[in-house]
Order: sequence, then structure tokens, then C-alpha cells
Amino acid sequence: MKFLQQLRLGFRSLLLHKLRSALAVLGILIGVTAVIWLVAMGEGVSYQAQQQIKDLGATSIIVRSIKPAEESSRSDSNARMGISYGLLREDFERIVTNVPTIGRAVPMREISREVRHREQFIDGMVIACTPDYFGMNRLKIARGRAISEIDMTSYANVVVLAHEAAVKLFPIEDPLGRAVQIGQEFYVIIGVAAERSAAAAIGGSLDARQYDRDVYIPLTTFRARIGDRVFTSRAGSFQLETVELTQITAVVDDMKEVDSTADIIRILLQRYHKVVDYAIVVPKELLEQAETMRAMFNVLLLLIAGISLLVGGIGIMNIMLATVTERTREIGIRRALGATKGEIVQQFLWETVVLSGTGGLLGVLFGFLCGPTVNAVRFGVRASLPEVWAALPPNIRNLEPRLAPWSIIAAFAISVGVGIVFGIYPARRAANMDPIEALRHE
Amino acid sequence: MPPKQALTPNAGPPPRDVVAAIRSVSKVYSLGGHEVKALDNVSIEFRQGDYVAIMGSSGSGKSTLLNVLGCLDRPTTGQYYLAGQDVAVMDDETLSRIRGRYLGFIFQSYNLIQQLSVVENIEVPLSYQRPPMPGGRERCLKLAELVGLSKRLGHRPTELSGGQQQRVAIARALVNNPHVILADEPTGNLDTATSHEIMDLLDALNKAGRTIVMVTHENDIAERARRIVRLRDGRIESIAEVRREALPAGG
Repeated sequence: MKFLQQLRLGFRSLLLHKLRSALAVLGILIGVTAVIWLVAMGEGVSYQAQQQIKDLGATSIIVRSIKPAEESSRSDSNARMGISYGLLREDFERIVTNVPTIGRAVPMREISREVRHREQFIDGMVIACTPDYFGMNRLKIARGRAISEIDMTSYANVVVLAHEAAVKLFPIEDPLGRAVQIGQEFYVIIGVAAERSAAAAIGGSLDARQYDRDVYIPLTTFRARIGDRVFTSRAGSFQLETVELTQITAVVDDMKEVDSTADIIRILLQRYHKVVDYAIVVPKELLEQAETMRAMFNVLLLLIAGISLLVGGIGIMNIMLATVTERTREIGIRRALGATKGEIVQQFLWETVVLSGTGGLLGVLFGFLCGPTVNAVRFGVRASLPEVWAALPPNIRNLEPRLAPWSIIAAFAISVGVGIVFGIYPARRAANMDPIEALRHE
Repeated sequence: MPPKQALTPNAGPPPRDVVAAIRSVSKVYSLGGHEVKALDNVSIEFRQGDYVAIMGSSGSGKSTLLNVLGCLDRPTTGQYYLAGQDVAVMDDETLSRIRGRYLGFIFQSYNLIQQLSVVENIEVPLSYQRPPMPGGRERCLKLAELVGLSKRLGHRPTELSGGQQQRVAIARALVNNPHVILADEPTGNLDTATSHEIMDLLDALNKAGRTIVMVTHENDIAERARRIVRLRDGRIESIAEVRREALPAGG
């Protein structure tokens, strides 16, 4: 009851100067909205990154071949022979036999090749792999079947198409049982993979990796039909490269052993590779890095938002000081009629809390508009500035702000706190006035 | 100056029917390095139902005396008994409570709070009562009726005439059922006709048993009281009884 009365009195005193009070409220409103929006966008971005990393698997370790700098390559240094680098089949055997903590490991070779079916063709990514690859990468087969052990041992010319590749190559017909041409060879389509969204690249960056041009063939078939030595065209000139495996994915049974296993693999590879022509990517580390980044990001955002709330608080203090001076006489009257200093402090603190609390509440309301606003801006940019839209990175284009409940509570609490902190000085100044002087004040 | 306590006939708490008593009160201000005696050894008692006018030229100490009586200012020396307690030695918070509990104020410039309505202005002293007074709102309505403003309860002070504002102030001064009503030039801002209306209201309150102490410089207003205290240079020059039959007719 008392509480409601104080609240009502605060509102009415503030309504004496509507514009002034509204401006003070606006200051806090902007601060609170800024906190909520910035945190929501930060959370949205880091959520995307985390999902992408999680798709790689938190218990997996990815070792990738990397082309070393020209001079230091592990080549026969014969220009005609081209260069050879990267992971060897021996490396795969060594890792599987020597590292006990690894549950499963999958070797993989990939290469860019045109994939053709009559007039239809795509610039495909040929992934040569073992049957385990599908399970490990959570690749679902929509129709037909995946690559089997028999395909491996029989060097079968069979292929599984990614969903989008199948759609492009076979816009009308059923691809199952038909053949596609890769290089000189024809491969019978045994399956089509289910649709899949882009995930973080294996290279370690968080850019999205597209799966839509993938075609999967048995690793043994690749070795037999295409071979380790491949021509690649780079900057107009052809180059001969010898690479045995593009990637080895190892999955550890226990998440706690991920880091130590990665270290063992690193030591193992160091012993047999004179130059570092491989990279070890640990998605768990990426995840931890992303967590750290997110925490740092949040601290930074809170700092920015804190500054805007501070500015809002100064605005409130300014207005309350003006109010106290203006209402000196009222203070004198109230003191004469029995108000203690404490009660005067209370009265003016309530006013600042009403100011900052109103700003806080409105700020929270505007905070909830974050998602719709982002969508509206996205729609507007896509409709009116298509070039700008196309140039935006996918992380921005697909950004979904995620309202963090803690940020809403924190922003509101901080705004009220700011009101109290910045209200104390004006309120005390009001309370410490000499009642006789205050009553004489014109 | 030697302490006068010993010479004061009635040292110690005053009898019960004395609602307020100041004993040998002096108030010294230091202004620009030298001391100014605003009150010099003033003693006076107010009984239940008293009606006292304090008169004197400006600088005579009548404002200081009223501030001391109103517990807004503490005497430099001497005692001030209000409701049987010596308030001269009390701290700020206790003095605030004493003001809210035992005193009613009427000011020359009404001093209503602008953002509050008539009934809310009357209610202000109640919000500072500890413990709270029961039946607050009904009491305010009754008092608004007593001062003839029951039809303007929702009005703001700016919507009222000077006389009406002073009536609100009088109702406000009564709401806490005070031991003493202190009025500082209650008719100073009013025209003659309205002044008489306000004084009639105060006369009626006194007849109903209220103790009123009023500062004024107008003789015809002062003569409404039962006693007139004249101050000069911080001392009591005279205390005169007003003969009842000398009161002007009407009221």
C-alpha cells in the first residue's frame, strides 16, 4: 500500500515536467535496449558457430593434408614429377594401431572433378571414403544404400550423390541405377544422401562448408581408377600432385581423452613428416575457443551497454538535481509537516527509481523487438539492395538473435540500480536542506 | 550572561495543562564574525486552549521564536517543553516526529504542494505519522467539510483562490490533531474580507479548544487573540490580556 502510494507520488511529481522526464527515461531505455540487443546478437552468432562445430563432433580429431610452401615440400624435387605431400596410408595405419584411445578412424581423399550425366554436369567434389565415413559424419542416406565393404574389396565403380548434386544432375529421372561420368570412368549410382545444411569447414575456420556438390565413391576405387597422382589446374597452369589421403578423422571414445589423443597423433606424425604438411583440428578446442570468444564478446558488449547506462544515469542525476532545486519549497513544507531526512531521501529515490524503472521496462519491451527488427532489416536489405545482400557473409545473412533471459534481468536490474546510485546524491541534497531556509525559498 | 535557570520560578517540566513552555530560551546567530542575539532569555507558557498573538517589528525575534516553537530551530540555551518533553535537546529525526505529531503549521503563503489535490494536501502530515493514524482519509474529508471545501476535493491548489488555499492549509494543520497550531501571518497575503473569514475560522477552532499561537503585525488581527505578546530586540516587552468584550462582533 505504502509502496503503491510512493510509486504513484513519484509518477505524479515526474509528470509535472513531462518532456524532461521523458528524456531521462529515454536515456535509460536506450541503454537497456542496447544491452539486450547486443547480447542477443552476440548469442545468435556464437550459437551458430557452436552448432557448426558440434556438427563436426566434440569427440573427433581431424587431421588434414596441407600443401606446404613450395620450397620445403617433401617432394622428389623433380619438377616433372610434381610435388607430393600430406597424409599417407601408412600414417593412417600407424594412427589406428598405435593410439589405443581411438575408437574409430576414417581415411578420406577428396578431389574436385566434373561430374557429368549426359548434358547435365556439376563442378563436383569427389569424396573417396570408407563405409564408416557416412556414420561418422552423420550423413543420412535418403534413397538407395551407402558404400559397403563389398564395394571396397571389389573396387566397384559405384557412387552416392549428395542431395543437391542428384537434383542438378537428374532434374527429372530417378538417379538410382543410372551412371554418372567422373573423369574417364562411369559410376553407377547406388544411393542419394539426405539434405544437409552447411557446417563449419574442416580447415579450422568457422566458414560454412557446403555439402551440396559432394559425390561419394569407395576409397579403393579412387586409388585404382584415379590414383594418388592427380593433375590440378592452378592459376592457369597444370600441376602434378601426389597425395595419398586428404583427411583422417579419428573419433575418441571418451571426451576427456580428446586433447591427449590429439597430442599423441601430433607426435606420431612429427616423427614421420619432415615438414608440417598436415594440420590437426580438434573441434572440442574450437568449441572451447568459441566459448571463450563468446564470454569475451559478452563482457565487451556489457561494457558498451554499461557505458550507455552510465550516461543514462548521469542524465537522471542531472534531472533530479534540477527537480530538487525546483522543489526546495515542497521539501521545506514536508519537513515542517513531520518528514524526517530519511523520508525525504526515500521520496526522491522513489522518483529516480520510477524514472529508471520506467526506462528499464520500456527498454525490455523494445528488447523483445530485436528479432522482428533484425528480420525486417534483413527483408529490407534483400529487397532493396540485392548486391549488398549477396556480399554479406552467411553468418550475418542467417543471423538469428537469441534473447538471453539473463541479459533481460541484468539490464532491468542495472537500470534500477543506476537510478538508485545516481538518485542518492540529489536525494541526500534534498534531505539535508535547512527546513527554515527551504520554506523561505521562492 | 550567568545561567538564569535558578532564577526561573518553574524549573522542570511544566504542569499538565501547559501544552508548550519555553524557559530562558536564547538564540544566538553568528553573522559575519559577530554574534547576534535573536532571542534573549525568553520564557513563556501556553496553556490548553490558549490563543496568543506574537507581535513586534521586523528583527524583534518573532520569526525566530516561532521557528523555535515549531521545532524547526533549536535554542542556543534554555528549555522548550512540548507535550511534557524537553525538545531543545532532541536530534533531527526526533524533532521531525515531534513536529508531525504535536504541531500544526499555517503559513502566510499557504505552502500547499502543487502537484497534489486538496484532499491529498490535507493528508500529507498523516503520511509521516509513526505509527500511522487510523481513519486517515475520512478524517481528511471531515476536515475539508469543516473548512467548506468538500466540493473541491479533487482541485489543485492553482485552481483555488488565496482564501480557499489557506482553508486547505488550516485543514492540513488540524489533520494530525496537534497540541499547538502555529500560524505565521496567516492573513498576510489575503484581502480584508477574506482575512476576516480566515480569522473567524481560527476563532471558531480556538473556541472548540484548539491552542493557537500566531505571529502577526496587524493590530486588528492580533486583537482576535486572548493574549498579545510583544517582542522587542529579542526580549518580551509585554504580555497583555485582550478583554473579551473588546472583541469585534461577528465570528
